[in-house]
Amino acid sequence: MSETSHYLCINCPLGCRLEVDAAGDEVVEVRGNACKRGVEFARQEHSDPRRMVTTTVAISGAPLARLPVATAEALPKDRVVDLCRALHQLRLQAPVAIGDVVMADALGTGVDVVATRSLERA
Amino acid sequence: MPDLHPWEVPRRYDVVVVGGGPAGMAAAVGACEGGAERVLMVDREHEAGGILQQCIHHGFGLHHFKEELTGPGYAQRYLEQVLEHDIDVLTDAYVLDVDTARTVSVLSGRYGRLSVDAGAVVLAMGARERTRQAIRIPGTRPSGVMTAGFAQKLVNVAGYLPGKRVAILGSGDIGLIMARRLVLEGVEVVGVFELMPHANGLTRNVVQCLHDFDVPLHLSTTVVRIHGGERVEKVTVAPVDEALRPRMHEAWDVECDTLLVSIGLIPDNELARTLGVRLDPVTTGPVVSSTMETSRDGVFACGNTVHIHDLVDWVSQESRLAGEGAGAHASGRRQAHDNVRLVPGTNVRSCVPHTITTEREHTVYLRVTKSLAPCTLRLGDVYERPLRYVVPGEMVTVKVRPRFLESFHGGALRVDVVPREEAGA
Repeated sequence: MSETSHYLCINCPLGCRLEVDAAGDEVVEVRGNACKRGVEFARQEHSDPRRMVTTTVAISGAPLARLPVATAEALPKDRVVDLCRALHQLRLQAPVAIGDVVMADALGTGVDVVATRSLERA
Repeated sequence: MPDLHPWEVPRRYDVVVVGGGPAGMAAAVGACEGGAERVLMVDREHEAGGILQQCIHHGFGLHHFKEELTGPGYAQRYLEQVLEHDIDVLTDAYVLDVDTARTVSVLSGRYGRLSVDAGAVVLAMGARERTRQAIRIPGTRPSGVMTAGFAQKLVNVAGYLPGKRVAILGSGDIGLIMARRLVLEGVEVVGVFELMPHANGLTRNVVQCLHDFDVPLHLSTTVVRIHGGERVEKVTVAPVDEALRPRMHEAWDVECDTLLVSIGLIPDNELARTLGVRLDPVTTGPVVSSTMETSRDGVFACGNTVHIHDLVDWVSQESRLAGEGAGAHASGRRQAHDNVRLVPGTNVRSCVPHTITTEREHTVYLRVTKSLAPCTLRLGDVYERPLRYVVPGEMVTVKVRPRFLESFHGGALRVDVVPREEAGA
């Protein structure tokens, strides 16, 4: 019934090689972890892997050509590349303040993309 | 300070901080807290913040601000503190020289050449990246060979892509993070090549920057030749043996138009060297006391200028201390002299600071030579602490409290990191 998948734990430099027995999304057993954070990581990574995304967006009228932005929360991992493609279409105008939402509810995920610095008008 | 005219730039400051990156900003704030009233921070870029401005990824501030920030976010938070403290910030300006009388020569884009007398100076110039020349990669000299940090600045700040098909030499965090950055910008990353049998960066970055995007990581493999006329056309890579010598008969070619090198940082110490500051041959940065003072009276140093850090949070902490020391020095307050020298022992590559005093609590930063898990950190025979693991890529911090040293009367304290079994033997 259950299948085994492998993950590399990212919580610390030990980098435990985790073996996860699961039936679908249901994690049955985690092996290879040196501490309990490994189990938590394996469950999350197996059932709903998410990533914070940081990239830049074109901006004009500012002293810099690019505005750094980030997702306010982690996004499902398989949407990361799509999100970056969508952000590449944006053209912003200075000024922008840190925390300003540059894309709301990105790709319908409910996650906002926000500016991670302020940029004044040049 | 946009309103200053040349004749209005003060000729004397309590503290002059060379560099406006994370170390410089923290030192400038620390100087005010240490009693300095007039503080000048000089930076060669158009704005302060240093390398943080191009490090748009997360991972900054967990210790210092108790939340995870991006580089620009961390810089902005800290710059707000600088401005709250009424510190003069001179950007687009380069410090040419600091002499033993602590006269600082500055070349400013706006004000021309300036000479400023300082009660104390803090050296916070950061580090430079090692280049292709540092490891002498044979081949031609086409365009398209650059350091990973420079490529990061091109992509994240200037808005240029360095190429279309990129190979990366070195698996330090900057190299790994640039692999992901380039993939997300639509560039093909053909592989990361690492001389050592293990990745140098954090496991988090191996997983989230390489595995997530199927970028191959070739361990125990290095670039042995660069090909191309005007532009890089390909690189030859080869696996290495235990002595790290390339096995040329197993070499293969990788087509690419760009090679990024991410092979480490070297403290930027031109100014320290001309000043005659004593340097540590291992860190290549200044030898510093517990207040981060160098061997030159009133000259302090902090951040990557002293030793290469892996977390900006520790840079801020160390630099705050350097600034406080400089502020106290400029105000004529003297602190207890250091009376204990720290000596790197078994599996310890370097310790900063180099000396401490039995009078105060200290944070000591050390780097190990090889990985151990589990292990024990020992300070002479006065203190020991179990550690789950140590790796060369992650700095170990240890708080040394006066009570550890109550029964210690020697001049030199050995610092060892040994396997768990050996401890107490």
